[in-house]
Amino acid sequence: MARKEAARKEQEYDDIPGTFVFDAERSLRGYGINMFCMSLMKDANRKAFKANEPEYLKQFKLTPEQTEAVLKRDYNRMLELGGNIYFTAKLGATDGHSFRHLAAVMTGSTQDDYAAMMLAGGRSAEGNRSKSGRRTTSILVGSAKPTSARPKAAKAGAGKSKSKSRSKARSKRG
Amino acid sequence: MAKIIAGVASSHVPAIGAAIDNKQTEEPYWKRVFSGFEKSKEWMEKAKPDVAIIVYNDHASAFSVEIVPTFALGCAAEFPPADEGWGPRPVPVVKGHPELASHIAQSVILDEFDLTICNKMEVDHGLTVPMNLLFGSPQEWPCPVIPLAVNVVLYPPPTAHRCYMLGKAIRKAVESYPEDLRVVVFGTGGMSHQISGPRAGLINSKFDKAFLDNLSKDPKKLTRISHLEFMREAGAEGIEMVMWLIMRGALDDKVEETYRFYTVPASNTAVGHIILEPKHRAAAKARKASGKSRRPAKMKRAAARAKTFVRRSK
Ligand SMILES: [Fe+2]
Repeated sequence: MARKEAARKEQEYDDIPGTFVFDAERSLRGYGINMFCMSLMKDANRKAFKANEPEYLKQFKLTPEQTEAVLKRDYNRMLELGGNIYFTAKLGATDGHSFRHLAAVMTGSTQDDYAAMMLAGGRSAEGNRSKSGRRTTSILVGSAKPTSARPKAAKAGAGKSKSKSRSKARSKRG
Repeated sequence: MAKIIAGVASSHVPAIGAAIDNKQTEEPYWKRVFSGFEKSKEWMEKAKPDVAIIVYNDHASAFSVEIVPTFALGCAAEFPPADEGWGPRPVPVVKGHPELASHIAQSVILDEFDLTICNKMEVDHGLTVPMNLLFGSPQEWPCPVIPLAVNVVLYPPPTAHRCYMLGKAIRKAVESYPEDLRVVVFGTGGMSHQISGPRAGLINSKFDKAFLDNLSKDPKKLTRISHLEFMREAGAEGIEMVMWLIMRGALDDKVEETYRFYTVPASNTAVGHIILEPKHRAAAKARKASGKSRRPAKMKRAAARAKTFVRRSK
């Protein structure tokens, strides 16, 4: 299955910052990652994986980069290499982590900062629409001006980290 | 003849299900979310549908990457809750309506919507969370459910326009079913959210509110939203909102907005909820409420309240 991988064909949605759209190309490439994650729905498999991760992964024909991303729990890299969040979340769950936990990890912020950002209304779309800074249009909210500064994922916790009642309702399944 | 008596849309955030299952609904964070559905549960109790058609998406529970149906209609007699990694949710088994479901499948396929038919399917939080929000947590669900699973995981999902048109075909199917059934259609998922990649946490309330406004008044406008726009404005996973258009397509062009609720956040997601009814139905209810009906005063008050929501939400 060691087919040569062609460079990714640029799609217009690749201009959305910090986003890996799970399209046909990624799905094809990431089949092994996603099927590996799917296998973790069974408790026996979770145990086998935990007992010897590299050995367990061998049955899924991952590329060396994919194997490395899984072992390192590099969630963004897994997405880039064809993983899909609903699948990789099963790996997160195997480690005892919720969607929200993984989201914070992928944004590179601390759990507290991420939770505070969400409570303050989430990450704004402003400055987060286009990597290239081009003018974008929306039927619903009109067009957004081109931006000169390159908008990386906005700083998490921009909504000022308030450390008050951040509910223990931080459920695992979030 | 069967008929569609209302459309309901609601987010289906998994953390909402977890909060119910872990009995956290009274905690301030979650109370803010659940309080928005109290009136809706009252409404649903009065509406007493015979069947609910629930449009939702599977999140790698029933379908992996091995089989990815764009539209999959549940025609089974029952649908067990899926184990999503934490054990199946402690909710009742969802009972189906195989006769109406098969009738719908046949009708819409002849209308050129090539559905996949599922005679065995487990259902995940995408289906059961909105059921909890609208039906509460009873021992048995109050009515049979026809699940319609839409692929929104593998790009591209069906377009907003295609979804809207499928809604119309479903309505035609329902209205050609001989038994007098009162049917509610649910659209679920959304609103703005992104749970993947460095841009996770994106919320766009302006987009969401415009979406809700147009869902009521000008749904055709929403059918022109491209996938690129959904993902850019409402987050990569916000594209789930196409499913709301199946529900909307199944209603009259002009509807009455009975209720609306919106709050940010639940976990990573903006929670949106709306109830839409045919105008004549909403008007008849209002007339009854103001006239000398024999209904107990409590119900009249509830109907009057329902009217207030209409005004407030405009
Ligand atoms: Fe979903």
